[in-house]
Amino acid sequence: MAAQIAEPAAGGTGAPARADSFGPALKDALIAGLVTLGLLGPLVGFHAVVKDEGMNGQAALGLDYRPGLVAIMVGIVFAGRLLLNLTVWSPNRVVATRSGPTVFDRIGTTLGPAIKPALLAFAVGFPFLAAFLMGGLNESRYLVDVGILILTYVMLGWGLNIVVGLAGLLDLGYVAFYAVGAYTYALLATSAPINDFFAGLLGATFWANWAFWICLPLAGVFAGLWGMILGFPVLRLRGDYLAIVTLAFGEIIRLVLINWVDFTGGGAGIASIPRATFFGIPFNASEDGFAARFGLDFNPMHRIVFLYFVILALALVTAFATVRLRKLPVGRAWEALREDEIACRSLGINTTNVKLSAFATGAMFGGFAGCFFAVRAGFVSPESFTFDISAMILAIVVLGGMGSQIGVAVAAAVMMGGMELLRNLGFLSNVFGPGFDPTQYRMLLFGLAMVAIMVWKPRGLVSTREPTIFLKERKAVSGDLVKEGHG
Amino acid sequence: MASSPASGSRLWETDPILTVEHLFMRFGGLVAVNDLSFNVGRGDITALIGPNGAGKTTVFNCITGFYKPSAGRLALAHRRAATPAEIDAATAIGERSLATGDAAVYLLERLPDYRVSGEAKVARTFQNIRLFTGMTVLENLMVAQHNALMRASGYSLRGLFGLPSWGRAARAATEKATFWLDKVGLLERADDPAGDLPYGAQRRLEIARAMCSDPILLCLDEPAAGLNPRESLELNTLLRSIRADHGTSILLIEHDMSVVMEISDHVVVLDYGTKISDGTPEAVKSDPRVIAAYLGVDEDAVEEAGAEIEEIVQTGAAS
Repeated sequence: MAAQIAEPAAGGTGAPARADSFGPALKDALIAGLVTLGLLGPLVGFHAVVKDEGMNGQAALGLDYRPGLVAIMVGIVFAGRLLLNLTVWSPNRVVATRSGPTVFDRIGTTLGPAIKPALLAFAVGFPFLAAFLMGGLNESRYLVDVGILILTYVMLGWGLNIVVGLAGLLDLGYVAFYAVGAYTYALLATSAPINDFFAGLLGATFWANWAFWICLPLAGVFAGLWGMILGFPVLRLRGDYLAIVTLAFGEIIRLVLINWVDFTGGGAGIASIPRATFFGIPFNASEDGFAARFGLDFNPMHRIVFLYFVILALALVTAFATVRLRKLPVGRAWEALREDEIACRSLGINTTNVKLSAFATGAMFGGFAGCFFAVRAGFVSPESFTFDISAMILAIVVLGGMGSQIGVAVAAAVMMGGMELLRNLGFLSNVFGPGFDPTQYRMLLFGLAMVAIMVWKPRGLVSTREPTIFLKERKAVSGDLVKEGHG
Repeated sequence: MASSPASGSRLWETDPILTVEHLFMRFGGLVAVNDLSFNVGRGDITALIGPNGAGKTTVFNCITGFYKPSAGRLALAHRRAATPAEIDAATAIGERSLATGDAAVYLLERLPDYRVSGEAKVARTFQNIRLFTGMTVLENLMVAQHNALMRASGYSLRGLFGLPSWGRAARAATEKATFWLDKVGLLERADDPAGDLPYGAQRRLEIARAMCSDPILLCLDEPAAGLNPRESLELNTLLRSIRADHGTSILLIEHDMSVVMEISDHVVVLDYGTKISDGTPEAVKSDPRVIAAYLGVDEDAVEEAGAEIEEIVQTGAAS
C-alpha cells in the first residue's frame, strides 16, 4: 500500500522538492533516532547475566552491556524514518486521492468467490501436503500441530465473533467458556463413577473410548449455560463497564479452578484425560486399534491428523452455523442490536433475549473448542486459561474485521502462524550479532505488526459487511456505516 | 377542552383507541408532563403539538414504554373501544392486559418498551432518525418483522435446518418488505445500506420499518422535520394512505403546521407539560390560549391580568 501511494511522488515533481525538504526530514529522523536511543538504551543496552565470580564458587548476577545492538537498532530507526520522510511522508508529495474501492477491496471482489473454496481445499489437504513436503508423516508433526493450533483459534475467533462482531458486546472473558468446555470434558472423562457405570453396562473400555464424543455436545451446552449466567448480570452494562465485568468473569472462573482443589484438582490440573478415538476405535498399537482395523502400520501421527480433521470439522460447523444464523431473525437481531439498541426495542425485539442468545451461542462454540483442547492436550490446568488467551482471541476478531468470517480466519492464521514463525527467525542473528535471540522479540514484533494493521486497516482486514438478504444485487456495506456496538 | 361546535364525528370521544388519563412525568424536581389527559380516536390522525420543550416527546416515550410515567394510566384498546369498566377491571387485577372476547385492553404504563411494540402493537419513529445504518434497506424491514419471523423459524431451530415452512415465512416477510418499499418509493434502493440514503428517504424508511411491525397505532415523532415542501406533501399522502388502506391510527408530533392542519383530524396542544387545547384543527387554530402559547402574550395583557388578580385578592380580603 505504501508503495502504491509513493508512486506519484517518484514522478517529475519529486526531484526539486526533495532538496528543500531534506533538512527537516533529517532533523526529524535524528529526533526519532534519539528517542529510540533513550528508549532502547535501558531496555536493550543492559542485559542481566549470571556471572561466575569464583567467590566461594557461587554464581552472581551481573550486568552485561550491548552497545552494538542498540546502535544497530537506532540505526535502523533513523534510516527508516529518513527514508519514509523523503518518500511517503514527504510534505511535497502529491497525495493520490482515492475514491471508490481500494486495491484490497478490488482484489477482494475479484478473488472473493474463489477465496473461500481455495482456503477450504487448502485446509482439508494441509496434513497431506505437510507430510508430502516434509517427506513423511512423523516429520510433518510440527506443521500439523501448528495447523491444529491455528484452527483452534479460528474456531474461537468465530465463536467470539458472534458476541463481539455481530452483537457488538465487548467480551474480554471469553476464555472462561473455553475453560468450562475443557474442564467439562476433563472432569467427566476422568470421573470414576461414570466410568464404572458404563463399564457395568457397555463394557470396560466404553467410557474411555466414547467419552469425547459424548462430552463434546455436553461441553457446548455447559459453556452455553455459563454464557447465560454471565449474560444476566451484564445485561444493563455497556461499553467499558461490560468489558470490565466480562474480564472479571474470566478471572473468577480461573481462580475458582485454582482454588477448588477437591473438585478441579487445583493448580496441578487434571492429567491422563482419555485421548480422542476414531468414533470408538482407539489410536493405539493393539489389535482393536485404528491402524490394525484399517490395515495400516501403527503410527502415532494418525491420532494427530485425526485431531486436525476434528478441529477442522468443528470450526466449519461454527462457520456454517454462524452464516446460517445471520440469515435468521436471531442473527439479524444481533446485528440490529449492534447498530441501535433503542430502535430494536421500538420494533418489539426483546433485547434481553437477544443479548443472552448471543452470549450463549458464542460461549457454546468456545465450549466445543475447550473440549477439543482438553482431548488434544490430555491435560488441563488453570494455567492454560489466562487473560492472554482472551486478549489473543479478541485481537484476532478485531484484526480480522468485526463480523467477517473470512477476515477472522485469515487473522487467526496470520497471528498464530506468525507467532510460530517468529520462533524460527534464527537468520536475524546475522544482522544483530550472534548473541541475538529472536524469540525474545517475538511479542515486540507481534505488537508492531498489530499496530501496523490497525493504522492501515482500522476496521480490520475485511472491513465491509455482507448483507444477509438482497432483492436484486448483493452489495457489500461499507465499514464506515457499520457501527461497532456499544455494549 | 377547546370550545368548538361539534364538527362531524369526533372519533376520539366515541371510539378512542388510546386513552391517556392523568399522566404525570417528573424528572427530579422538573414536571415534564403535568396531569395530561386526552384520547386518540381509532382511525384518526391525531397531532400532538406545542412549543419547544412542552413535553411532547416525553408523552411519546411514556406511550411507547421508553419511560415509566410517574403516575397516570395509558389504556390501549384493540379492535373496539374499551368501556371504562373494562379498563378499570384491567387496572384492578394488576395485569398488563386484559382480553375480553372481541376486544383487548393493554395498560401501556405497565408494559416494557419491547412489549408495547411487540404485543400492544404501538410502533414509533424517532425525532433523530434511528435506522440500522450498517444494514441494507431491506434488512431494516426484515428486522422489523422479528417477532413473527422468530415464531416462524421455530426460535431458530426450524430455520437452522432450513425447513420449508421457514422458507415460506421468509419469502412472505420479503414480500411484505417489498410492498412497503414500493409504497415509500425505495424499491430501487432495497439493497443499499440504510445509512447511504438521503435524509428524506431515511424518514420514509423509518415509517416503512415501523409499519412492517403491523402496528394498530403509529407514533411519529416529527416526521416532517428536515423535509422540503415537496417531501412534506408526499408524507401527507403516505400517512393518509396508511390510515385508509391499513386502518392504522396515527399519533404524530409535528412543528410543520402545513402538515398538521392539512392531515390531522384531531389536535392536542401542550405547553409546559399541560394540555391547553384539544379539538379539531379549526378549533385549535382559533383558540386564544394556543395563539398565546405560540406567539406569546403582549405585555399589556400580562399587566391587565396582574391588575385583575390584585383586584380579586383585594375584594376577597375586603369581604
